[in-house]
Amino acid sequence: MKTRDLTELAGRNLREALLRNSLTTLGIAVGVASLVAMLSLGVGLQQLASKRLSRSGLFDAVFVSSRLNQRGFGRPTRPDPATAAPPKVLDAEARQKISVLPDVVEVYPEIRFPTEIQFEGKPFSTTVAGIPASAKSDGAFDGMKGAFFSGPNVDEAILQIEFAKDLSTQPDSLIGKDLTLRYAERQPLPAEPSAGKSKAGADGTTPHSAETDLSPGFSIVPREKIFRVVGVVETEPATGFGGFGRGRLLIPLQVAETLRITQANDLREILRGTSSKGNYDSLTVRVKGPSQVKSVEDAIQAMGFTTFSLLDATKSLRQVFAVFDLLLGIFGSLALAVASLGIINTLVMAILERRREIGILKALGAADRDIRRLFFAEAAVMGLVGGILGVVLGWLIGSALTFGTNVYLRRQELPPIDLSSIPWWMVAGAIGFSVAVSLAAGIYPASRAAKLNPVEALRYE
Amino acid sequence: MTETIDEIAIRTEQVSRSYQMGDALVRAVDDVSIAIRSKEFVALLGSSGSGKSTLLNLIAGLDRPTSGAIFAHGRNLAEMSSEDLAQHRSHTIGMVFQAFNLLPRMTLEENVELPLRLAEVERADRAGRVRESVDRVRLAARLTHRPSELSGGEQQRAALARALVNRPTILLADEPTGNLDSATGDAILHLLREINESLGMTIVMVTHDRDRAARFAHRIVTMADGKLIRDGTRP
Repeated sequence: MKTRDLTELAGRNLREALLRNSLTTLGIAVGVASLVAMLSLGVGLQQLASKRLSRSGLFDAVFVSSRLNQRGFGRPTRPDPATAAPPKVLDAEARQKISVLPDVVEVYPEIRFPTEIQFEGKPFSTTVAGIPASAKSDGAFDGMKGAFFSGPNVDEAILQIEFAKDLSTQPDSLIGKDLTLRYAERQPLPAEPSAGKSKAGADGTTPHSAETDLSPGFSIVPREKIFRVVGVVETEPATGFGGFGRGRLLIPLQVAETLRITQANDLREILRGTSSKGNYDSLTVRVKGPSQVKSVEDAIQAMGFTTFSLLDATKSLRQVFAVFDLLLGIFGSLALAVASLGIINTLVMAILERRREIGILKALGAADRDIRRLFFAEAAVMGLVGGILGVVLGWLIGSALTFGTNVYLRRQELPPIDLSSIPWWMVAGAIGFSVAVSLAAGIYPASRAAKLNPVEALRYE
Repeated sequence: MTETIDEIAIRTEQVSRSYQMGDALVRAVDDVSIAIRSKEFVALLGSSGSGKSTLLNLIAGLDRPTSGAIFAHGRNLAEMSSEDLAQHRSHTIGMVFQAFNLLPRMTLEENVELPLRLAEVERADRAGRVRESVDRVRLAARLTHRPSELSGGEQQRAALARALVNRPTILLADEPTGNLDSATGDAILHLLREINESLGMTIVMVTHDRDRAARFAHRIVTMADGKLIRDGTRP
């Protein structure tokens, strides 16, 4: 029999016992729905977690420090001293070398300093952080009021909401206003009074690397700079490593670098006599993706620096979610297994009811194969319709859960989240799985129907 | 025995069909050899349980013999695969039954079309074939009716139209008048005769009605206890 005739006959047979077949199909739909709802919850939570984590910039970043400065990151890697490269100073040259490594997107120093600002004549203390231009795309600034910096070298500032509230009862009204940043600039002392370089770098525009002054010391000069507020952000974008205090006043990183702010490690650098070279306390290296972190880390270690990344943490996190998904999937599959028993039952009942019809079809020239395919087609149609219904139902369940959660979150004054997520692969997979399970459930009834002896079947009343 | 294969439509050679019923072996058809010529109208006569329906089912390819051979147009059904037997039922055989065996949920037209679907006849050709078949049994006005809306005689004519639609060469009728009153039964038998004469179709009809067999068939073959006991051509 041709497929079209087969489908027509199967559809007709399904319509004839409408109630029973609808209930069976509904059973499949409920099974698929529970599977989809559970998996979508798993995927949704995973996406939520990984979105939040990737926004934090922790999982595609390598944190580099000099081995000379063994402080900081809790768990510095300790390569074999015999093979490791000698400790090096983390200077502009090293930054340049790291930035040209494969898979490295961006290398930037961590610039964060406590200081004071003047706004409408009143002083406020705060922490200023330099934000790299790439931060715009990492999602932390989604939903911010106002706009991101218009360029990498503009004197613009973004306020963190809590700090904005300190400045004004209406934080949104701050956008477009100017504030004055007061900071301590590091000015190199002239090496020789006659060198005529007493002003070198004092204008605050010369990059550190261009420093030619070999002075062993520097002076600290108070300075002021006016910034225009362009945005207010609710979340706290991480500018470097989590746990290191965060900036409440954000300015473009390149601007922050040119300010030559006095940093904590400057004093130590003086003792080493390297201060004038403009060394970094640490650098953050952004990598294309978490999978490239390891190779970049290795390359930087080979250069003689200490690195740290949260790669291992991501791995175990993924493992947790994989197990979580598996468990949810197993519970969902149980529902589908019950539904497939329903299909088997419906089709076996159909054989008993349609014995005579099967006999007639065989007498009219139907081969065993035709009868088998007819029953399979009926099972497949129930699986397909049940699968589609199930996906819709599962989506509704997921949406209801998301809605309920968001009502709760709103009461707690927390931002809404997407609790469940149904990607296309899950839609296709669920429908495919439903059809496959239905076909598997149809194997026994179909082969039983095909083997029916036509003479006995025709005698059956 | 000078007949060629073309002239012999059906030949059985020492065909037996037995069933195991508990401890007893029931010989429903016991060592039957018979040859039926093309275009012949044969009545298979016998009382209930004589094995005539079993023999008909063997010729139809619905059942397989325990031993012996059955040739339809020279091909041995006993050696065919079940797939080939289905082809045989689809293309060579048309069947009508005492209980009509129309599918109750389908209209007359859909019932008649069913063998065409099974034989994978092109859709474009189907309507014409159905029409031709229904016209032959004079039921054109009833195409959209369901079997429950037809009289017994009409249902049997519908079944006949369905049996003819694939243009088989052999028509097998199992007690076709069993559920009909005598006038309607006679009308069906007249129709069978007409089909036999105008289409040259070989007909084997199982009946227990000796009188009717004598009036309509060319040849009466009588069975009892699974054996062929008399084979007589009508004078």
